[in-house]
Amino acid sequence: MSYFIEFRDVSFRYREDQPWVLKDVSFHVQSDEWLAIIGHNGSGKSTIAKLMNGLLLPQKGEILVDGVQVTEDTIWEIRKKVGMVFQNPDNQFVGTTVKDDVAFGMENHGLPRKLMVERIQTSLAAVGMSDYVAHEPHRLSGGQKQRVAIASVLAVAPQLIILDEATAMLDPKGRLEIMETIRNVQEDQDLSLLTITHDLQEVVKADRVIVMNQGSKWLEGTPRDVFSEKDKLRNIGLDTPFVTKLAAELSAAGLPIQREPLNHQELLEDLWTLHSKM
Amino acid sequence: MDITFKDVSYIYQANTPFEHRALSGVSFHIPSGSFVAVIGHTGSGKSTLLQHLNGLLRPTEGKVMIDDYQISAGEKTKDIKSLREKVGVVFQYPEHQLFEETVAKDIGFGPLNFNVEPKEIERRTGEAIKAVGLPEDLLQRSPFDLSGGQMRRVAIAGVLAMNPEVLVLDEPTAGLDPSGQREIMDMFSRQHKNNNLTTVLVTHSMEDALRYADHIIIMKDGEKYMEGAPLDVLVNKEELQRVQLDLPEVIQFLHQAEKQFGKAIPYQKQSIAQLAKELTAIVKGGESNG
Repeated sequence: MSYFIEFRDVSFRYREDQPWVLKDVSFHVQSDEWLAIIGHNGSGKSTIAKLMNGLLLPQKGEILVDGVQVTEDTIWEIRKKVGMVFQNPDNQFVGTTVKDDVAFGMENHGLPRKLMVERIQTSLAAVGMSDYVAHEPHRLSGGQKQRVAIASVLAVAPQLIILDEATAMLDPKGRLEIMETIRNVQEDQDLSLLTITHDLQEVVKADRVIVMNQGSKWLEGTPRDVFSEKDKLRNIGLDTPFVTKLAAELSAAGLPIQREPLNHQELLEDLWTLHSKM
Repeated sequence: MDITFKDVSYIYQANTPFEHRALSGVSFHIPSGSFVAVIGHTGSGKSTLLQHLNGLLRPTEGKVMIDDYQISAGEKTKDIKSLREKVGVVFQYPEHQLFEETVAKDIGFGPLNFNVEPKEIERRTGEAIKAVGLPEDLLQRSPFDLSGGQMRRVAIAGVLAMNPEVLVLDEPTAGLDPSGQREIMDMFSRQHKNNNLTTVLVTHSMEDALRYADHIIIMKDGEKYMEGAPLDVLVNKEELQRVQLDLPEVIQFLHQAEKQFGKAIPYQKQSIAQLAKELTAIVKGGESNG
């Protein structure tokens, strides 16, 4: 059993007189895995992310990162392993140039200068921003800013990157840029990925999905498993992808759709097979 | 209110080394009562265009006419204050502009500035908070105790309380979760119909443009790139790709299905259930040669 992250019966609340935000949540993230967490605003998704790198500490249960329990004493060690990119690109910049910004995280971890210079280059290259080393971050587009934010995280060489609605404020083109960047990086390096998102196009590409509802883990499985439970999802007011809805209506109209389609191509293939048999 | 742009150009910091032409020669006409979606990428001039609608910006060349108000270069617009009373603008992330002690005061701030009677302000505040789907007992709370989604609704209620005739919306649902996005857009759609508004929506969502708008304007590099009815503009794959926009997903799918089965299903805003029936007929039909 080598899980990179493990939550064991974790409960969390912000104050003692307030309700639990997370209730007895258990799950794991494997190495090299892409796990997506979906759920309403207020379902506890972002709290999970903050617990993973010690921005918050749980009142009950325990969280293990690479075998080490997250406590006040271990958070610095853990933050080297778990990097985070947040929603608003403008809130994450500290440096006056892209280079300074990427260097900032490494300085905090006390990396030697030579290694820093090297990592600035490799991490900016990984996100396709090598030409912007000397640019001012605030003059970049939203998608470029998030790519620099990812480079800053990569530079610390984490084993897990958490994207907390990191594409929510971007236009469609910026969104695509980021997801392509992340995929490339994940393929090149041994990285686990945790995305917290509302974007269903993003969710269907993950290896596994956890659905959070009112602070509890509500559903867990592959994207195909999860979206087959469309009635359940609708009951808690979550949306499903267009192909999922269409497949359900096609079944209702009398077509025996066999597998839950994840994209247009899959649904069209199945329809074609049915068509050939008719 | 009718909105007309006539050869409108706008240059930021003209006659300096930083001169930047954000709009060039933009003309269009929006009849009163339309719901228009303005689409285009970051930097296409959408936001600059929008700021002309209540006279925040004045064209460098050309003129903007809104009902009887005229905004043009070098001329003072008569009665610009009353124009601003009629044109309500919901800016991006409007919750950043909340500042009052209570939700009620924040919603009533606009009308108060336009000397609306206290009794009337109270009435409008009650109406506006209902319209955005928040309980009235929030009125005496501080807006800063609310969740992000609730703050967004309070900010929108503040614009509605002005009783505008034109609603200008700059990506009003950015950053909300999908059900929140749908609720807010449906609310604007209801306001539009019930109060006979003219609505201008700036959006990145082709889906929203298709669902809510009756007219589409696509901007590219400060110029008007395309304009027309949603079902004419939003089906044109090549033209849209040239400005890096995608077809709405339902239309993408129907194009692919047509390729596969050799038969077109024309999109006329059918429900998914209706589309499924038409598609089933084609799949079962058998006579297609694919």
